[in-house]
Amino acid sequence: MIKLALPKGRLLRKTASLLQKADWRLDEYHSDMGFYRPCSEKYTDVRIRVFHEKDIPIQIATGNYELGICCLDWIEELMAKHPRSGLVKVKDLMYGDGCLYIASALPMSGNAHRYSPVRIVGEYPNLAEAYALRNRFSRFSIFPLWGAAEVYPPENADMVLLSARSEDELAQAGMVPLSCELEFSAYLIANRDSLESKKLDKVINSLIEVLPEARDIKLAVKAGPDKVPLRASSSAGSRKDLVRLALPDGHQQPPTVEFLNKAGIRLDDYPSAMNNRRPEINIDGVLVKVIRPQDMPLQVANGNFDLAITGRDWLTEHLCQFPSSPVRELLDLQFSRVRLVAVVSRELAVEDTGGLSRYLSGNGSSLRVASEYVNLADRYARENHLGHYRIIPTWGATEAFLPDDADLLIENTETGRTIARHNLKIIDTLFVSTACLIGNKAVTYRSAKGKRIKSLVERMRQVVGDN
Amino acid sequence: MKPQRCKGMRDLLPAEMAVFRLIMGICRQCFLKWGYQEVRTPVIEYLHLFTSAGTLTPAMLGKVYSFLDWDGWSGERVVLRPDGTIPVARLYTENMEKQGLARLFYSANTFMFEEEGGRPRERWQSGAELIGSESGAADLELIALSLEILEKLGVEDVELRLSHAGIIKILVDKLGLNAGEVSESLAEIDRDSPLYEEILKPLLDLEGKSSGFLKKRRALLLESMPDIAICLDDFLQALELLDSLGFPYRVDIVSGAGFEYYTGMIFQLYQNGEKIGGGGRYDALITSMGGGNIPACGFALYCDRLLKLVKPDLLRSPESPAILVRPRQGSKESIKAAYGLAASLRGVGYIVEIDLGGRRKKKYRWVIKIRGKEALEVRDNTRSIKYEFASSADFLKLLEADSDD
Repeated sequence: MIKLALPKGRLLRKTASLLQKADWRLDEYHSDMGFYRPCSEKYTDVRIRVFHEKDIPIQIATGNYELGICCLDWIEELMAKHPRSGLVKVKDLMYGDGCLYIASALPMSGNAHRYSPVRIVGEYPNLAEAYALRNRFSRFSIFPLWGAAEVYPPENADMVLLSARSEDELAQAGMVPLSCELEFSAYLIANRDSLESKKLDKVINSLIEVLPEARDIKLAVKAGPDKVPLRASSSAGSRKDLVRLALPDGHQQPPTVEFLNKAGIRLDDYPSAMNNRRPEINIDGVLVKVIRPQDMPLQVANGNFDLAITGRDWLTEHLCQFPSSPVRELLDLQFSRVRLVAVVSRELAVEDTGGLSRYLSGNGSSLRVASEYVNLADRYARENHLGHYRIIPTWGATEAFLPDDADLLIENTETGRTIARHNLKIIDTLFVSTACLIGNKAVTYRSAKGKRIKSLVERMRQVVGDN
Repeated sequence: MKPQRCKGMRDLLPAEMAVFRLIMGICRQCFLKWGYQEVRTPVIEYLHLFTSAGTLTPAMLGKVYSFLDWDGWSGERVVLRPDGTIPVARLYTENMEKQGLARLFYSANTFMFEEEGGRPRERWQSGAELIGSESGAADLELIALSLEILEKLGVEDVELRLSHAGIIKILVDKLGLNAGEVSESLAEIDRDSPLYEEILKPLLDLEGKSSGFLKKRRALLLESMPDIAICLDDFLQALELLDSLGFPYRVDIVSGAGFEYYTGMIFQLYQNGEKIGGGGRYDALITSMGGGNIPACGFALYCDRLLKLVKPDLLRSPESPAILVRPRQGSKESIKAAYGLAASLRGVGYIVEIDLGGRRKKKYRWVIKIRGKEALEVRDNTRSIKYEFASSADFLKLLEADSDD
């Protein structure tokens, strides 16, 4: 039996076509519709699992899976922190090309960055840290993001590490590339021990044989020497009293719009068909950006945003990691109701957390807890004395981790249907999460900006009828 | 499954710990006698203390244990101290700058990730920092002090290797090397290239030579590298001082690479090919931290390596023979008497244990059974004699007589 991890998302279509060319005859690896375990008619001894692409390197590094396909950017992100992991790059698959850039929004001047903290955001915190150390930044803060990195600079970050197909794509997003950190494409990767001990040749060769001999088009990247990364000249004074409001992207958008409309707040181009992340608002002195709800609490804690509409789940996750963070829930907006639950396989003879704890002490094995909410999961395992446990961070599609790749999930669920469909069961409810308005407790309402924040909060308060 | 310690971490069992304390004790005694004052810095420091240019190299920073603290939402990382000198320089800059010259010492553990399983990730060192003197006499003092400690520890065949950070820096610039990996990069330089003939070879030829040889070569060296003059003369001066005190040494220019904060003479202590300590001058470190323009130098001895080298005969057996006191089981009176006797024996310097079972009685020099309120039955395990005493005072007389033997 060989275990193979395949990517969802950006690489899915081309990976599917590679496997088709190699005559794998898969039954269901064609769309992101939530099929996680395709089978090959030809390679019946290969067990396939579809992961979020970012989850694949760790699965290979730990030897949970023998083979996987994902882009080099996620591989290097893992290797930056764990250079001696069990992950081996087997072959460049020559599709999914892109480049990781260090970029900023403005042409910068001077090299003041060496003396003042530089804020670097992105989905690649390990690579961002390596960049900062290599360039001898004396003080820097790395803000890991779930996405939407391009919208942060210049107001909310000095630099961003992000992937793009080309410098043109960056320019369209209003970014100025400072350096190209990594050219990447999809790779076939393997676990080192498996490569030595298991017969993976047949599977590996079936893929390599159908690869083109050379790339059709070489990625046009100007690698060039590092331009001196410079610090943004401080923004105009008027910007200082702008209230910065973060609104969620994704499926939270329709209920958010509905709510804001009730409060008499109108937005132009939100939700945006063109993926515009800077919609206009009908209130003076307020700057709106659309970012991931997961990233909002950390941004508000740091004063990069003043107000944000996110879920209580992500606020709680943030406060688990940083108990003394100044972020507070200002209003419960009452929509987007989900439950945070502990989930196990239906096959497991455990009905509640106490039962799980007893079950574990009985068989002495360690527990794998998979979750997007790493700190919540950690707190849950700690407080329930789940003994020797490991947290596996995931980037979505967590329910597919049970039963083979994890033993317990901390997940959100609206109706419980997805959980039931995957043959899983809920053994505990941690709390109920709804959308909420969050802010920084350190803000005083005396300044002009403070008054503006207060009036925005009051507008929203009237809708939810909270006193 | 038995619980296990983390990879790269080390337990010290009682016998090893006794040697460890001995090393620390001798270091401490010597430091105090030379006028150094002990300080302690925290295990956790801000990462940015170590990231400025001229502190740790990016390669070393890639191996530190850094993390976000519970209040680290600003993204500011903290680190388990990877180095002993930088925190002490920070302590001086933060608290003591006004006092001028300071002689400080510390014993501390440092943390650095090591990939190979066998190498320790936590290391103990005992070090001294002499802050506020630019004189070559300060460097000399540190060398003499470190050698004195090693001699007191009974470590033999110590080799002193000398280098100069200023010369290394000029070499790095001239050859366009990566400052973090000088020794590796030097090995890769083509032996036939003019760079090698003109710059590297004359310096490598100095290896193992005396100050006299270096003096003769001065003119030749300056010919190919005129900007080396200041550093070379500084180095020569230090060597001549060492000559005058009769300390044997080896010049080994490229050996000093690695720590970026050194600016002047670097000395390293080797025993049987293994580095057991080292130090040097770091005149720019305090300025780079935002302190004044204060010269300094320091060194540290690596305790983990010394553990294997210390002569066992330095370890004296416990000062007093051990005594076991055995109260009658279940008798409150007897337990009270046992505690009273144990306290008075400890008061005069004996090591006394109350019997809890589980240990062989033969291990103790004296085993005392509490008979009644006062009466004792005493067994002398060395001489295999049993005594009966009406009171503890009689036993104390016997002990006194015994220790006079």
